[in-house]
Amino acid sequence: MGAISQSSYEMAHLIGAAVLMAGFQLLYQRRLSAVLNTFAFQALALAAAAGWQAHIQNAPHLYITAGLALVFKAMIVPFALHWLVERLGIHKTVETAMSIGWTMIAGVALVGLSILLVLPVTANATALTRESLALAMSVVLLGLLMMITRHNAVTQVVGFMALENGLILAAVSAKGMPLVVEISIAFSVLVAMTLFGIFFFRIRERFDTLDLQNLDTFRGDRQ
Amino acid sequence: MSAVLAQIVQIFLVVALAPLITGWVRKVKSRLQGRIGASPLQPYRDIYRLLQKEAVVAHSASWVFRAAPYVTFSAVWLAAAVIPTFTTNLLLAPAADLIALVALLGLARFWTALAGMDVGTAFGGMGASREMMIASLAEPAMLMVSFSLSLISGTTSPTQIIAFILGGGVGIEVSMGLALAALIMVAIAENGRIPIDNPATHLELTMVHEAMVLEYSGRHLALMEGAAMVRLTLFMALIGGIFAPWGMAVPSPEMSGANVLAEMVGLAAFLAKCFVLATALAVFETMIAKMRVFRYADFLGGALLLGLLATIFLYVSEAV
Amino acid sequence: MMAHLFQLPGFDNPLLWILGVPLGSAGFLAVLKDWRVATWVNVAAAVITFVSSLLLLDNRPAPTRLLFIDDFNVYLVVLTSFVGLTTAVFSAAYIARETEAARLSDLHLRFYHSMYQAFLFTMLLALTANNTGVMWVSVEAATLTTVLMVSLYRTREAIEAAWKYFILCSVGIGLALFGTILVYLAAQPVMGDGADAMAWTLMIGRAHDFQPDLLNLAFVFVLVGYGTKVGLAPLHSWLPDAHAEGPTPISAVLSGLLLNVALYALLRFKMLISANGHALTPGPLLIMMGLSSLFMAAFMLYRRGDIKRLFAYSSIEHMGVITFAFGMGGPLANFAGLLHMTMHSLTKSGIFFAVGIISQNAGTKRIADIRGLTSSHPVLGWGFVIAVLAIAGLPPMGVFMSEFLVVTSTFARQPLLAIPLALGLLLAFGALVSRLQMMAFGEPGKVISGHGDASTLSSILALTPLWVHMLLVLVAGLYLPRELVSWFQSVARILG
Repeated sequence: MGAISQSSYEMAHLIGAAVLMAGFQLLYQRRLSAVLNTFAFQALALAAAAGWQAHIQNAPHLYITAGLALVFKAMIVPFALHWLVERLGIHKTVETAMSIGWTMIAGVALVGLSILLVLPVTANATALTRESLALAMSVVLLGLLMMITRHNAVTQVVGFMALENGLILAAVSAKGMPLVVEISIAFSVLVAMTLFGIFFFRIRERFDTLDLQNLDTFRGDRQ
Repeated sequence: MSAVLAQIVQIFLVVALAPLITGWVRKVKSRLQGRIGASPLQPYRDIYRLLQKEAVVAHSASWVFRAAPYVTFSAVWLAAAVIPTFTTNLLLAPAADLIALVALLGLARFWTALAGMDVGTAFGGMGASREMMIASLAEPAMLMVSFSLSLISGTTSPTQIIAFILGGGVGIEVSMGLALAALIMVAIAENGRIPIDNPATHLELTMVHEAMVLEYSGRHLALMEGAAMVRLTLFMALIGGIFAPWGMAVPSPEMSGANVLAEMVGLAAFLAKCFVLATALAVFETMIAKMRVFRYADFLGGALLLGLLATIFLYVSEAV
Repeated sequence: MMAHLFQLPGFDNPLLWILGVPLGSAGFLAVLKDWRVATWVNVAAAVITFVSSLLLLDNRPAPTRLLFIDDFNVYLVVLTSFVGLTTAVFSAAYIARETEAARLSDLHLRFYHSMYQAFLFTMLLALTANNTGVMWVSVEAATLTTVLMVSLYRTREAIEAAWKYFILCSVGIGLALFGTILVYLAAQPVMGDGADAMAWTLMIGRAHDFQPDLLNLAFVFVLVGYGTKVGLAPLHSWLPDAHAEGPTPISAVLSGLLLNVALYALLRFKMLISANGHALTPGPLLIMMGLSSLFMAAFMLYRRGDIKRLFAYSSIEHMGVITFAFGMGGPLANFAGLLHMTMHSLTKSGIFFAVGIISQNAGTKRIADIRGLTSSHPVLGWGFVIAVLAIAGLPPMGVFMSEFLVVTSTFARQPLLAIPLALGLLLAFGALVSRLQMMAFGEPGKVISGHGDASTLSSILALTPLWVHMLLVLVAGLYLPRELVSWFQSVARILG
């Protein structure tokens, strides 16, 4: 694998920034179907990032990762979630723990934190430029933020998937990382999706809503 | 073309072109909505018609009401005159500055709001307060965009920024992408386009900008309408010039003969960019619905945060 | 590069049997219809795995980029397969009685047995993995196999527990993956692209050259990620519910084995970062989290009303002590930590064996409703008493020995830390003993005889693993074989 040009890296960063913007957009939406569409867009950007990395690193196995991201996360998962939402009759607005404005501010603070953490790392010594690492870490932290500030199980699941998108972004941007990690990530998405589906049905059977605040009435701690 | 001549050409160019751009936007929107729509030259006729009519002024109006259209139009015209459109070789270019630009637009907005409140009508006050709320978020966002652009190129003058970008000083930067997104959102807010404000609405309770100019007629209204059109042209020139500067003439002192050709090319490029941006605006407006007023803060807050991110990211990329 | 990575062990290599048998039997059990046969197949597979792990003690294969055996993980492999075996035996008896009480359908049972072996496979793979990515995959797979089993009974509480378990552990695992990627990034400039930069045996030699900032960042993510799976406070909230809601054999292996595996992964990364002089010292972080787990759990023990939750908190407490010991570092504290890991595994799984039978007999899991065990079921009752006294840390059981070693080594090095440590241990002791007193002595409570005619064989089978474990713990408390001691000492040295 030869050296990678600066402009190739810049293109990679731009695509990574698109993934990050989609992460912010996820926090911004108030309607559930908009959230699912934004997640599909994020997965699309991720597939583009993986494909670009495959091209510039001359690593063909990354094309598989790009394909998996495209097919699974950009198509199958949003479609399946749309279908689940219809089937279970889930309430279509997003219930938030914090107002959207404060959530966005917290998101920017997290991005700032990622950048601060990454700054001490010297530029040349890594396989991944500082910027790619900051982008990936930001996406992970934004996914985490989304999981924390959402009540509905569907949006929490989407937050978890956004977190995984950040992980895949980090993995594909790391030069020469073996396939094992990528397969494992894809594998976990598959199984996670299956599990989530089962859970949705089970939770729906037991309770009438997917609002996890209801789930918390039984907090095992009080026993 | 010397700097003086270029400047004079620019001053008249922006005023001459503005109604055409607005007319083109309206035409495309009409087509997309399934109507044939008025010709793109209609705004010229509208302005001419208004100029012929008598300006009716309320009894309760003060001198502010009468002066506001002139101040507004002048401020916007001045701002548009100093932003490079087809060439960077303008006489007043050294006086141009992104922060001064924000100040000029703020001045125009301030006087419009005063005029809206001056006559004492309910709608005028409502429009003024909404406009100020939008401004309180849009101005910082635009300043953040200026900061990131200045940090990249080391100067706040749009002329020099464009020269820097054309000279290859910056490649594909994440911060540029983020700044572009933020600037587009700010431009929508400043110009009162959908999803912030519907320029074609007749329902007063949904108005922002239109509410402030409800009381105007005749030449005053012509000036206010003209200011809105010039403002739109200004933002298109800004976005097209900074983020897609190719084609713009950057004259060098030696080759004066080739300069004229370069400036022709620059003019053509500018017209093309305005055409593309106007079409895009029309398509965008047709696709999206106007958002409710309480969501303005989210939208503009998003623009502000994008601008903030653009600035922060400069520190992690090696650009600063 | 791929060929390097996926070199599989040959037939003479015990590793093949240790990994292949659980995997194969998982597949086989998924299609086997008769649950009675399935329980025995389960036990047989566990026997073969255990015997192979014993063979591993003599015949250590050379490390490949995928798998390796060194002093540290060989004893954990033996421990895991042993407890897997005894739990399989217990499970055979326990499942018989559950089926007679009609709590589990045939499909559920097929699923249960298959997942049990799959779970053992993932744990053993995690222990023997050289590639940090493969280790991560195995820990993730272990979580996934157990999540579905936790919700096996399909009650409201079980579903909530499984959901919480899944979400929190998946987030933790995701962060651990990020840490793993960061370690690769730190290693890559020094060791080149590809599988080399993910192989632990190769990395540990060059770790002093890695970039310290990246290593620091990586370790924080790994600590939060794998620490969630260990159950360290404040990341522990999934543990009590998950360990309490599944079938008891699952609780036994979760508490006894999976926590160890997660801690093992954490320790491997701790060794990497300790090898680099410029990176942060991981000790204080581990000490802090260990102490907070200990205290939090010790206080929570006082108010528990559910018997399985009580012992789940006890697991948190003990993992806190172990983490504290490894955080202290040094030969004595590391030795104590290793000993405690072993003793805790044996004792805690033994306790869950007893708890399983108790709750089946009494028909309830509430402590308030369980009384007078030593009168109504003497063998079970006294076994339970011994087990609880062991886990509470009473001499002459092995747990006391390891706790004593931790306290003395702490007192020798950082006397101020020994005070909260001892205090926490005493608090936990008090809570456990008071609960024990309520349950074991006094007038017997009601006994549900809804388990039909469970044969005497199954009753004996249910209790044997408990007594076997307790015997081992007692022996370890009185006398540790010389080989075992020197073995622990060499591992303690590696741990630094």
